Amino acid sequence: MILQTFAALAYEFFKTGLFSIGGGLATVPFLREMAVKYPWFSPDMLSDMIAVSESTPGPIGVNMATYAGFTAGYSAGGLPMGILGGVIATLSLAAPSIIIILLLSGVYQKFKSNPLVENAFYAVRPAVTGMIAAVAVTLIEAALLTDAFTPVISELMRLVSMKAVILFILLAAAMNIKPLKKLHPIIFIVFAGVCGAVFAM
Amino acid sequence: MKKIWELFKTFAKIGAFTFGGGYAMLSLLQREIVDKHKWATEEELLDYYAIAQCTPGVIAINTATFVGAKRAGIAGGICATLGVLLPSIVIITVIAAFINHFLEYEIVQHILGGIRVAVAVLIINSVITMSKKSVVDIICAAIAVVSFVLSLVFSVSPILIVIAAGALGLILRRGGAKS
Repeated sequence: MILQTFAALAYEFFKTGLFSIGGGLATVPFLREMAVKYPWFSPDMLSDMIAVSESTPGPIGVNMATYAGFTAGYSAGGLPMGILGGVIATLSLAAPSIIIILLLSGVYQKFKSNPLVENAFYAVRPAVTGMIAAVAVTLIEAALLTDAFTPVISELMRLVSMKAVILFILLAAAMNIKPLKKLHPIIFIVFAGVCGAVFAM
Repeated sequence: MKKIWELFKTFAKIGAFTFGGGYAMLSLLQREIVDKHKWATEEELLDYYAIAQCTPGVIAINTATFVGAKRAGIAGGICATLGVLLPSIVIITVIAAFINHFLEYEIVQHILGGIRVAVAVLIINSVITMSKKSVVDIICAAIAVVSFVLSLVFSVSPILIVIAAGALGLILRRGGAKS
């Protein structure tokens, strides 16, 4: 019974790793399918799992795999099976990536000085930069705006969290002046977390 | 062996401080991989992201495998990836097993409120650093702006954007212009 659960977990998460392309949230449709197909977790629990995965350290997609695997194992055999389930799901999610990227990495190293490849990447690099800038905008929105969003300018001040704006400016300044900008990003992240706790952001 | 342990350690550190998706990792990757260890250049990191986006799997895992493989081959790729997975496995297991209603603690919400701000500022800084290496002329600037708008306003798939940009690069620079 428990072995069957583990085999199903390994299969489902390998499939998820193989067919979800892009960021961590690309795995959500696969998890939804699992919620329907197996007794591991209900679709209701899924939204909780996503929220926790977004709020804890670690890439979202990886967090969700561990969480789902733990829940599945736990429901079948308690804590030890839960731990094992989390590990199996997470490794299965990573397996296709590892195989595919190891193959591609060799190809990339070999051909990266090829003029054709160089010409393609000449244009791909700014495109990726533009896309990451787009992600930055959504992150700024998430960081500075309070929950309710209505696009009315007079309402805007009420929507913006002033505490977050002050912290934003402070951090932006700190990261661009001489002695402080050499600090590790981890220090800024921890500092901001402490500020959040102290000032109830 | 030392190389591989170093990779594992570095990626475990990066995994432990990534809040959000693979993009949130970027500032940590720039600092650890490009500045500190010099395992890849800024340009290579951009290429990895481009490839990671168009290939199956979670971006964070793909990027870790890529950097590890360049540094120390197959074992390097595997160990870097295991490193980035480790903090998730430990932290999520502890939360799922012992902390019910994790998100209902008010202090958790406040800490996250602060961290979100830091992540936003860090990614802006990363974009600025990246654009210095990737936007080398006016054509690149145009490509960056168009991709930004397509992605933000029209939610065009990153795969399409990367493929289209690659094709454009081949057409624009056919037969010449090596940099």
